[in-house]
Amino acid sequence: MLDLKNIRKTFNPNTVNEKIALNGIDLHLDDGDFVTVIGGNGAGKSTMLNAIAGVWPVDSGSIVIDGTNITNLPEHKRAALLGRVFQDPMTGTAATMQIEENLALAARRGQKRTLRIGITNKERSEYREKLATLGLGLEDRMTAKVGLLSGGQRQALTLLMATLKKPKLLMLDEHTAALDPHTAAKVLALSEQIVTENKIMTLMVTHNMRDAIRYGNRLIMMNEGKVILDIAGEEKKNLTIEILMEAFAKVSGEAFANDRILLT
Amino acid sequence: MPGAIAQGLIWGIMAIGVYITYKVLDLADLTVDGTMATGGAVCVMLMLNGTNVWVALLCAIFAGMLAGLVTGLFHTAMGIPPILSGILTQLSLYSINLAIMDFKANQGISVTKYNLIVSQRNVRSLSISNPIFTTLIILIIVIAALYWFFGTEIGCSLRATGANEAMSRAQGINTNIAKILGLMISNGIVALSSALLAHYQGFVDVNMGRGAIVIGLAAVIISDVLFGKIFRNFALKLTAVAIGAVIYYIVIQIVLWLGLNTNLLKLLSALIVAVFLAIPFWKEKLAIANAGKGGKGNA
Repeated sequence: MLDLKNIRKTFNPNTVNEKIALNGIDLHLDDGDFVTVIGGNGAGKSTMLNAIAGVWPVDSGSIVIDGTNITNLPEHKRAALLGRVFQDPMTGTAATMQIEENLALAARRGQKRTLRIGITNKERSEYREKLATLGLGLEDRMTAKVGLLSGGQRQALTLLMATLKKPKLLMLDEHTAALDPHTAAKVLALSEQIVTENKIMTLMVTHNMRDAIRYGNRLIMMNEGKVILDIAGEEKKNLTIEILMEAFAKVSGEAFANDRILLT
Repeated sequence: MPGAIAQGLIWGIMAIGVYITYKVLDLADLTVDGTMATGGAVCVMLMLNGTNVWVALLCAIFAGMLAGLVTGLFHTAMGIPPILSGILTQLSLYSINLAIMDFKANQGISVTKYNLIVSQRNVRSLSISNPIFTTLIILIIVIAALYWFFGTEIGCSLRATGANEAMSRAQGINTNIAKILGLMISNGIVALSSALLAHYQGFVDVNMGRGAIVIGLAAVIISDVLFGKIFRNFALKLTAVAIGAVIYYIVIQIVLWLGLNTNLLKLLSALIVAVFLAIPFWKEKLAIANAGKGGKGNA
């Protein structure tokens, strides 16, 4: 369960660059919810995920996951509950470390790190099996440096790392935006497979309306730092791009004029 | 030449300390210019006051780690950029080092009266008292210890912090602790090298660490250029750094034989390091320029 209550965040307050990024977000997710998040540039989608992850402190409001109030926890402590995949394939992995070393780091998320060996042979065979499920041949390159992988391979690996220890909440932040369409589709399919198989509560930000409609059991639309649309269940299943655009115009009083969203 | 090798090996230990911050943690730590005198000062003064040589050596390492801790706290708890944090600690260490040395600029320690671990006097002897032999053993112990440590869970978290901070925090690593720990280990090693150097030359001087970071970087860069493509294993990489320091000292020795004024050495070192640091940058620029030409040719 995730509960966001009245989350507010203003960047550069009291300056000419003041930007109200989150303007009182209220959001409740049930266990197993797979929620897609859409909205124009600057709507606050990524900012909301960063607020949950604890990249910086929020100005006000509370963030509660499964009864644990994490609003004031530092980022590395919240990580025990969260899995994250970022937009930039470079962000989610350590390029100068091996594939298996990256996985071993992820396997210890939320655990106290000790002077025990950083990766055991038992782990290695586990990772080999898990990597094989990606179907990218990475299981034969376990000691290769991650920096040698393509963007799609890195995102698939990051996805595996984010879910290696089942997180309470998985956050996918436009994680296919930097990939070519073919690879993006593959990584998306993989994401859905992992999320549904493990029943992970998920927030997936996307700029692609079709993907937002196709995946997940619930869709929210953000604008100017607020959730302005929340569609779930049967209504979500019957959703089309046209209905979404109309709904947006109705709620916000303006046309949904974002080229990036219209074109994709 | 044996002198150059012995000195190179002692500085090789120091360069391994620099490697940990500069390469593993991706931080340029200037504390080492101070720590490179602190270790010797602590060790020599304790021994002059009758402390056992090995206890004195451990205390020297501990003092170096303390200096690393201060730099780490300047950076993480006070938000000061790492380079400036190191400079601040280094500057304060100058006073601290003088205080340790009873406010004298140098303190001698005689090999005839004290049980020194290494001494310049034996550098040409063919016995186990030869400093090259002793330093080699210490070097191997240091490399083995570091190889083990960076394979542990904590060691891996340090490497991850240096490789990708955002990712490390997302994987639950306290990157501030990792940086502090790395700085402490690095400066502990540098202090060990400093204590050995003081033994080797028979005195400690408050200025003996001046420019140490440049010598350390020179060793790291030389090893990168010569062995970067061959050595993939972490222990081999550390070995290469030590070899880099030996090569540096041999080159310096040759330059001195050729008649260079000793006072110009630091200028020479700085220039060499500057050029080698620039090489990857120039290579990239050249590659871009060539790619541009190639593109036009094909079009």
